[in-house]
Amino acid sequence: MKRIICLTVMNRPGVLNRITNLFSKRNFNIESISVGLSEHEGMSRITCVVHVEDDRASEQITKQLNKQIDVIKVTDITDQSIVARELALIKVQAVPYTRNEVYSLIEPFRASVIDVSKDSMTIQITGESDKVEAFIDLIKPYGIKELARTGTTAFPRGTQRNSQQHKSYSII
Amino acid sequence: MLQEAALTETKTETETVTGADLLLRALEFENVEVIFGYPGGAVLPIYDKLYDSKILHVLPRHEQGGIHAAEGYARISGKPGVVIATSGPGATNIVTGLADAMMDSLPLIVFTGQVATGVIGSDAFQEADILGITTPITKYNYQIRSIEDIPRIVKEAFYIASTGRPGPVLIDIPKDIAASIAQPPEEKEVDLPGYQPTLKPNYLQVRKLTEAVSRAKKPVILAGAGVLHAKASAELKEYAEQQQIPVIHTLLGLGGFPANHSLFVGMAGMHGCYAANMGLTECDLLINIGARFDDRLTGNLKHFAPHATVAHIDIDPAEIGKNVPTSIPIVADAKEALQQLIQQDGKPPAQKEWMETIQQWQEEYPYFYDREAERLKPQKVMEMLHAKTNGDAIVVTDVGQHQMWAAQYYRFKRADRWVTSGGLGTMGFGFPASIGAQLADPDACVIAVCGDGGFQMSTQELAIIKELNLPVKIVILNNMALGMVRQWQEIFYESRFSHSKIPVQPSFVKLAEAYDIKGYMIQSEKEAEAVLDEVLNSREPVLLDFRVDPDENVYPMIAPGKGLHEMVGVKP
Ligand SMILES: Cc1ncc(C[n+]2csc(CCOP(=O)(O)OP(=O)(O)O)c2C)c(N)n1
Repeated sequence: MKRIICLTVMNRPGVLNRITNLFSKRNFNIESISVGLSEHEGMSRITCVVHVEDDRASEQITKQLNKQIDVIKVTDITDQSIVARELALIKVQAVPYTRNEVYSLIEPFRASVIDVSKDSMTIQITGESDKVEAFIDLIKPYGIKELARTGTTAFPRGTQRNSQQHKSYSII
Repeated sequence: MLQEAALTETKTETETVTGADLLLRALEFENVEVIFGYPGGAVLPIYDKLYDSKILHVLPRHEQGGIHAAEGYARISGKPGVVIATSGPGATNIVTGLADAMMDSLPLIVFTGQVATGVIGSDAFQEADILGITTPITKYNYQIRSIEDIPRIVKEAFYIASTGRPGPVLIDIPKDIAASIAQPPEEKEVDLPGYQPTLKPNYLQVRKLTEAVSRAKKPVILAGAGVLHAKASAELKEYAEQQQIPVIHTLLGLGGFPANHSLFVGMAGMHGCYAANMGLTECDLLINIGARFDDRLTGNLKHFAPHATVAHIDIDPAEIGKNVPTSIPIVADAKEALQQLIQQDGKPPAQKEWMETIQQWQEEYPYFYDREAERLKPQKVMEMLHAKTNGDAIVVTDVGQHQMWAAQYYRFKRADRWVTSGGLGTMGFGFPASIGAQLADPDACVIAVCGDGGFQMSTQELAIIKELNLPVKIVILNNMALGMVRQWQEIFYESRFSHSKIPVQPSFVKLAEAYDIKGYMIQSEKEAEAVLDEVLNSREPVLLDFRVDPDENVYPMIAPGKGLHEMVGVKP
């Protein structure tokens, strides 16, 4: 199953290497990882999407991550009410007579065109991975020349529904 | 007068130090007594300062020997072992020791030289990416990028290495940083917001365990090295006695509970005793204190403790539930947890039957070997060593059959008398580790039990024990083979002894003599009887080459993939 894990880490040399190293050392299966600065100076935020067999395995991942000296906080937010976004840039073949068709696909997905050339156009789309995936599938027949995805970045919504089961790491 | 005062004033104002000065000051501040180090280009600025230092510097004859010695020192003293190696090959030579210390939770502070900051990344002479290489096998590692950071980083390193679950910390120092000059930086506090080990147990879990104990009919304690790291042997004994719970040890935990105690069951695991392995299989409550359910202990997890409610006390939360599902998790220092459990003063349940069952197993299935045999048996040697040292020596082993016989037959009466490479199983560990153990406890009788194979991986360290006149007693259980490999080939590969016999050997006695160390070859019990008392009481190094039965195997044994209850070789 898929889990989304958020980390707050100290912005120290080698910290990303430590995290990816841990995934390979512990044989964890990672789908995407996205890193960037956070609201605190000197700290970064990492969002990992991982595939695990069961709850025990996902508990191991959060615990192993938490054990890292540079990791301040680990939360498995999969079962929370969250906002998750991914950005993709897609360069698609578009000769003048297919251009309009491509435009008609872009609109319902609220994607946007950010570059156009003689025989191609570059589309930017943001949203949850599923949406990005669906859009890519639709656009594929036109011929994708280049594709770059950022991986998911996410955090919990400001208000959590009560019924929602919290699945944050705590054993102590 | 005035002029003079002004002079001293300017002097103090402009006091400058080098990075190497700061490093040694930081080590003195941490009360480091001994450094195991090997010089080279990148650490020359540090070695120049060591020339005037009061800290004892031990020069191994190979960096790997140095780091294993530091591990032995750490295990016996409870303090971090300190190592220095130069960049490149010096640094890569300590990799095995780091992996070993990481697995067995030994605190080390390892300094490696590095090429100058300006050329890092250019494949400079003797450059190795030691941070990249050691990230998975250290608790943490640093590269010092600015001279001002030296005091803080060293302080943090000692803190990280020796608190929580101990482990090795590596500090990489570029040569120009060690040589550069600065004013002494301001003191800075340790700043590690992401590192806060939990020491105090959760009260509710302690209650839950106390209740589980009062309901249990067949409880056991499985005590690992966590008990030793927490210095909790006294508490373990008090708790086991208060609750009348039998105690089983892991290989690394030996000594945490006295082997001559009526509640002691024995060592469990691949070559553990019948009673301990059956105790784990049959128990209805398993209280793991500071052990990590390693596969050599549990055997096939499918058959492990099938009837038990599992409680696990560990300072490392990631160990709890890693291998065995656990219903009572207690994240805490073993000492604090045991103190709270003792305070609960729960009613010990009536479990006479359980103790009787265990005693029956012990009586019916003890460790055994042919005591009438003509050839000298390795087990006999260990029994003699035990008797003649009154079970009070520090026993350090290498890896192989001899390690298991030492664990089985040297019945430890107290804590911190046992040093062995458990998690990584590193051949070549034993002899150098005994050097560190002797330095940590200079008055102790230290016995390095080695195989003829493993000893040859670190013979060069004979030079140190001569140089420092360390009275280490080297015991080689010489079976002319890589015995443990030979045993597996005999059992699992139809006695096809592929590259496991080593008939061509040096004369170990002459080898010792080449270093001006006394050596004896011993072929029988009688010969052993004749020299052992004198040797064990002497205050100088001695090597003993015991020619033991080359066909002897270690039993009982659990084949890979089998459960603890599927031991073979439980009876003659
Ligand atoms: C560095 C290293 N290489 C290989 C092994 C695999 N191994 C485990 S035990 C053993 C045999 C050890 O032989 P010896 O030192 O003579 O001890 P004995 O088993 O005969 O007591 C070997 C090769 C190991 N544990 N460590």
